[in-house]
Amino acid sequence: MLGSPLNNTPGAPVRPRNHMRLLFDSRSENESFARVAVSAFMSQLSPTIDELNDVKTAVSEAVTNAIVHGYRDSFGEVEIESSLTQDGYVVIEVSDAGCGIADVEQAMTPFFTSQPDMERAGMGFAVMKTFMDDLLVESRLGEGTRVTMRKRISHAAGAE
Amino acid sequence: MLKHARQGNTITVKLDGELDQDSASRVRQELDDLISDARIKHLVLDMQGLTFMDSSGIGVVIGRYRTLATRGGGVAVRGESPHVQRIMKLSGLYSILEDAR
Ligand SMILES: Nc1ncnc2c1ncn2[C@@H]1O[C@H](COP(=O)(O)OP(=O)(O)OP(=O)(O)O)[C@@H](O)[C@H]1O
Ligand SMILES: [Mg+2]
Repeated sequence: MLGSPLNNTPGAPVRPRNHMRLLFDSRSENESFARVAVSAFMSQLSPTIDELNDVKTAVSEAVTNAIVHGYRDSFGEVEIESSLTQDGYVVIEVSDAGCGIADVEQAMTPFFTSQPDMERAGMGFAVMKTFMDDLLVESRLGEGTRVTMRKRISHAAGAE
Repeated sequence: MLKHARQGNTITVKLDGELDQDSASRVRQELDDLISDARIKHLVLDMQGLTFMDSSGIGVVIGRYRTLATRGGGVAVRGESPHVQRIMKLSGLYSILEDAR
């Protein structure tokens, strides 16, 4: 599929301490499911309530985008892959096989939305960027989009 | 139905639970029904019971603001958690909100 995600830093292969993959239908009802699933998974790192809220919000934004933009005229599956690294990061990839983004830079500009008539604020990517440490968006028109996010959990249990 | 109370040209509405894209359409519809009376100028959103909100909530607030601004009124927010506050600050929402007190 698309390029290399953040957790495969060249030259520094870090074996994740844990890993999971979720696949679900592009239905809005699954937004809360995705938030809860990721937050339950990452609870192994003993995050603070604030850190949990940040990650839940970022996941919500990415999953919502996959559903309402990626599959706007269609229906498909959304995939979440998440790793907890030895050094205390939670890495989350949200992918869709939807329409893709023509201009990623424009899409990531705060307040840009392709659906102003749907009362969208154009703040999704800005929220992901603010609430996570790193954000990477890879997309191909007609093929899909993958959003990779990473956040260091301050007091990650057992982190080196 | 959302809990609400009306006082003159102001209506206060309690938001509960999670406000995401999934629940936004229902909340949007209920709020629009509650402010459909053109004499209502001010909407106060009581967010005390809101446990989660993402950018979909920003869209909901801005949409109701647009309606009420044309009547010379606006939207105020109160009881929002620090987390909701961060999202609203990020989007510059506080600059268009009325004072809730
Ligand atoms: N998975 C995706 N597939 C296709 N297009 C996308 C995807 N994610 C985002 N986009 C495009 O990027 C734009 C910006 O996304 P962003 O989440 O920042 O704002 P929004 O979804 O339009 O509004 P908001 O998130 O505030 O409700 C979208 O309007 C859409 O055009
Ligand atoms: Mg969005």
